[in-house]
Formats: sequence, C-alpha cells, structure tokens
Amino acid sequence: MFVSPIREPLIQGHKTYAQMSDDIIGPVEAKPTKTWMLAVTCTALLAITGFVMIGLTITYGIGLWGLNKTIGWAWDITNFVWWIGIGHAGTLISAILLIFRQKWRTGVNRSAEAMTIFAVMCAGLFPLIHMGRIWLAFFIFPYPNTRGPVWSNFNSPLLWDVFAISTYFTVSLLFWYVGLIPDLATVRDRAKTAFRKKIYNVFSFGWTGTAKQWQRFESLSLVLAGLSTPLVLSVHTIVSFDFATSVIPGWHTTIFPPYFVAGAIFSGFAMVLTLMLVVRKIFHLEDYITLSHIESMNKIIILTGSIVGVAYITELFTAWYSQNQYEQYAFINRSMGPYAWSYWGMMTCNVISPQLFWFRKLRRSVVFTFFMSIVINIGMWFERFVIIVTSLHRDYIVSSWSYYTPTYVEVFIYLGTIGFFMTLFLIFAKVAPVIALAEVKSILKSAGDQYIGEHAAHAHHTEDAGHGHYETLIKPQ
Amino acid sequence: MSGKKVLFGLFDDEHVLLDAVKGVRAEGFKITEVMTPFPVHGLDEAMGLRMTKLHSAGFLFGATGTLTALGFITWISTVNYPINYGGKPYFSLPAWIPITFELTVLFAAVGMTLTYLYLNRLAPGIKHRILDERITSHMFAMSFEIDADTSDARKAEIRKALEANGAVEIHEQDLD
Repeated sequence: MFVSPIREPLIQGHKTYAQMSDDIIGPVEAKPTKTWMLAVTCTALLAITGFVMIGLTITYGIGLWGLNKTIGWAWDITNFVWWIGIGHAGTLISAILLIFRQKWRTGVNRSAEAMTIFAVMCAGLFPLIHMGRIWLAFFIFPYPNTRGPVWSNFNSPLLWDVFAISTYFTVSLLFWYVGLIPDLATVRDRAKTAFRKKIYNVFSFGWTGTAKQWQRFESLSLVLAGLSTPLVLSVHTIVSFDFATSVIPGWHTTIFPPYFVAGAIFSGFAMVLTLMLVVRKIFHLEDYITLSHIESMNKIIILTGSIVGVAYITELFTAWYSQNQYEQYAFINRSMGPYAWSYWGMMTCNVISPQLFWFRKLRRSVVFTFFMSIVINIGMWFERFVIIVTSLHRDYIVSSWSYYTPTYVEVFIYLGTIGFFMTLFLIFAKVAPVIALAEVKSILKSAGDQYIGEHAAHAHHTEDAGHGHYETLIKPQ
Repeated sequence: MSGKKVLFGLFDDEHVLLDAVKGVRAEGFKITEVMTPFPVHGLDEAMGLRMTKLHSAGFLFGATGTLTALGFITWISTVNYPINYGGKPYFSLPAWIPITFELTVLFAAVGMTLTYLYLNRLAPGIKHRILDERITSHMFAMSFEIDADTSDARKAEIRKALEANGAVEIHEQDLD
C-alpha cells in the first residue's frame, strides 16, 4: 500500500509485537501505585458525597434544589445534556473514524469508548432524579398495566429520549466489550497466577484468536460501526428535540439538531483529551498516543468548535430576521440580561479559544491542549446552562420572572458525577488495557516508525498495491 | 482417550504466516486452524474460508426490530388504547420514526452480538485449549490435527513443510 510521505508514524520507538504487549498490558499487571490509590480515594469520596446528596434529594424531594415555578429545568438537565454530549466523542472515534479508515483512532478508541459508557451512566442519573419520585421511573417504559392499559406517549420527544439513551448505552457497551475480549485474552495468557488467569478467562469469554473468530470479529465491528454512526447522530438530535419541539423562545429552532451534535462532539473530544493526556503520562504511553494523535483530535476540535460558533451567530441572525419580539428578546436577554456572564463565558470558551488551534505549535503542545480541553468543557457546560436557564427565567408574564441559583445539593450532585466518572475510569484503566492492543498491532506495519516516516529502517514497496489488501502489504525487507 | 493430537508451528510475523498458509496449502496439506494475536487481512482468503454470514443475521435482527416497533406502537395507538394527543391522528407515523430507528439498531446490535458469541463459542467462564500462551500476544500459530495412528513419516512431512515455510518453533500436543 502506498503511504503518503506526509503521514506521520502513529507508533514510535521501533516496537515489536511482544514489546507492545509489555507496554500496554504492563500497567494492568503492575501493583497499583500510590498515586493511583490516592486518586481513586479522592474521586470515590467525591462520588460518595454526590450519592449522599442524591439520597437526600430522593428522601426530601427536589425542593432541596434551587428550581422554582418559572425555572423548572436547570443544573439537572444541563448536566444531563453535558454528559451525554461528552459520550459522543467515543462513538465518533470508534464508529465514524473506523468507517473512514482513520488509523489514528486505534490509539485512543478504547479509552474513548469507556469514557462514553461512563459518561452515559452519569447522564442517565439526572433525568431519573429529576423525576422526583425515582421509584416510579419504570413508568417511562411501555409495559402492560391495569390502568387501561395506558401506555406511554409515543409522540413525545421525552419518550424518544428514553429509547435513544438506553439504545445508545447498550450498543456502546456491546461495541466496547466485543473489542475488549481479545485484549483481555492477552492479559489472561500473560497472567502469572492461577487466580488471575481464572478471572481474566471469565472476562475474556475463552477467546483463542482463530482465523474464523477474527473474521467474524471484523464483520461484527464493521456492522456495529455502521449502526453506531447514525445512532450517535440520532441521540443528540433527539436530545435537542426535547427543546426544539417546545414553544419556548430560544428553544424553538430548527437549527438545534446539527448544532447539538457538533457541540457534543466538540465537548467529547475535549474530554477525551483531558483523560488521554493524563493516561499517556501516567502509563508512559507516549509511543502510542503521539503528538500526531493529539493534533488530529485538535483538528476535529477546530472543526466542531467553528460549527458551534457559526450556530451561535445563526441563532442571533434568525432571531433578528424573524421579527418575532419574543425570540428577539430571548437573545437580547441572553447576551445582556442577568445571565450575560454565562453567555459571554460560553462565547469565549467555545468560539474564540478553539480558534487558537489554527497554530500548529499550539495544536502540538501537550500543556496547551490539556488547558484548552478543560476550557472547552467549561464552555460547553455554560452552553447548556445558557440554553436552558436563560430561556426559561424570563417567560411571557413579567410577574413570574425569576432568577435561579443552585443549592449546595445540586452542586455536590454535579461534582459527585464527575467523581463517579473518574472513579470508574481509573478502575477501568487499572484492570483492562487502555489501548486497543490487537488493533494497534494490526497497524504496526503501516504506521510504525520503523516502516514509515523519516526514521524508517526498512524501505517499503509501493508498487505491489494491486494486491488488494490494505494493511498487510508493507513488508520489511 | 481417542488419542487426538495437534501438531502446530509458530511464526513470528504475519507476512511470513500469510505466505506459509498459501505455501502449505499449495503443497496439499489441510490446515486445521490458524491463530493470530490480531486480525490479519487476507488470512481468511488464503485459508480458503467462506465469508461469514454474520452481517445477514444482523440485517434480519434489524428488520425484526423495525417491525416490532412499528407493529407494537401502531397496535397500542390505534387499537388497544387510542389517545388523542393534541388533535393529531392516532396513526402518526412521522412521530414514531425515532423509536422505530432506535429499536432497529438495538435489535440488530444485540442480536448480532449474541449470534457472534454463539458462533465463536464465547461465553463467560468457557475454557478453550490454549496451544501456546504467546499466541494472543506476538506469535502466530498454524495447527494440524493428527492422532495416535498418524505415522511418523506423515508427521515429518508436516514438520518439514512448516519449517520450509518459515515456522520458528514446532510443537506437538495431546488434545485429551
């Protein structure tokens, strides 16, 4: 296969397959370090605090929150949309980039998929506790009952959301685990103790790696990717329908679906970078998550960040062009009303700051990228807060205008989900390979630095491209 | 004790393995199984394996999902307990597209994954024979089924073919 000379190697350090297993599974086999223990303790404590606050909310009701008659959705739904959005990057990396044959995705897809699953778990908590009476949560599913039977309303976007989120969670989980099976088998076969072997044999489902198994594996991965691609676009589209199908000025716009999807991918990539830059450092995976990977992700951030920016400006234009006074007021109030601080916070973090990534130096700077990934996540949280709270707080009757501030219960529930998310991620990173080992091995010959790039030790054929397979053709001489 | 045995060669590079599969087959040997640490493109063709029909199963599961969703929602909203939502028709197909789509994807993904696990004989706790512990890490194995009656001459032939095609190690194992 012809590899363009501008393609950078995606695997550094002249790795062999055995070394790759050592590098990537080594951290799983090593004893937990003090740093890891300390980090898990802190995040778990934060998570427990959050769950205590959720317990209080369930016991005493959502009167413990700062919501009022005018502002019925605030931090809860903001956090829900924020977490769901973060999940989207994982599916984008594993599904859409698989279909586009982007090899760099193999370095980050495993962690990104894990992130998706944990983020969706955090997201799912919020609508449940927002219901107030969580023990009746099963009402949202259509089930035969003795009240008629009265079923759920299939015309409601809120019900569509139930189906979208639960399908998204299930499919992401399957996709992630199917990919994990062969790597867990590698951990099993390297295990030194019988106990460890037993545990990993259970979780690796008895994988042996026969040609037929791999053939089915590839077929399944491709179809799951094909299914996940429209699925991931549908999930945030449906989340945006929760708003767009209502008649609240500021929500009732047709631009919402693409705007929400772009925002979701934007924030998701920021979160992937936050996690990967830490994982890369702690587990010494610089050879597998290279500057080239980081740069690729930053390019997606510029693209989606710019789409989000254009969407903000289009909203303003549409409000003016509609000549609808309620719509116009909603946007004047956003940018100059009592919540102007959040609007300008959002504008700065989401529209202006990602444009700095046009500079190659900044795109390839680890420290700057880490800083930006935090800024973008703050910005995207503000975006959901702006959309939800500023649109609600001044409704049609001036007498019911209000202002919302969160209570400590809401603040700690939010921080608690961050703790929960981090705890799950840290545990995952300790018990399973954070890099999709088998997939990275399969690109070694076409993306390893001994085969391509300026330090290539082996010359490679480009003329036998007619052979038909695309990853097995670069032979070491 | 049926005396079943396996003779296998280990390779350390997928290109050598791929050529070896072709070479050994051209010499008329029947390969029982090839095991690799990662998917090797072109291996199924070289081994003469049939294309998997797994994706067809996926389509059937997906179609089941579509029909289940549409049928169920239609029955509920037009027959079992019709409710007038905002003056819209009982049969409001466009509003049901999202749920129909989600169930299509859900059925296809879950059904196909279960089929995959079944066909590959994968389940929590199942134990399969592991010929060599390096096969899931960095070695590639090509195995031949033999039994107690297999003559030494035949074994030597297979060994020779494996060696000539680049196997770095050759082992024999009892299957019982």
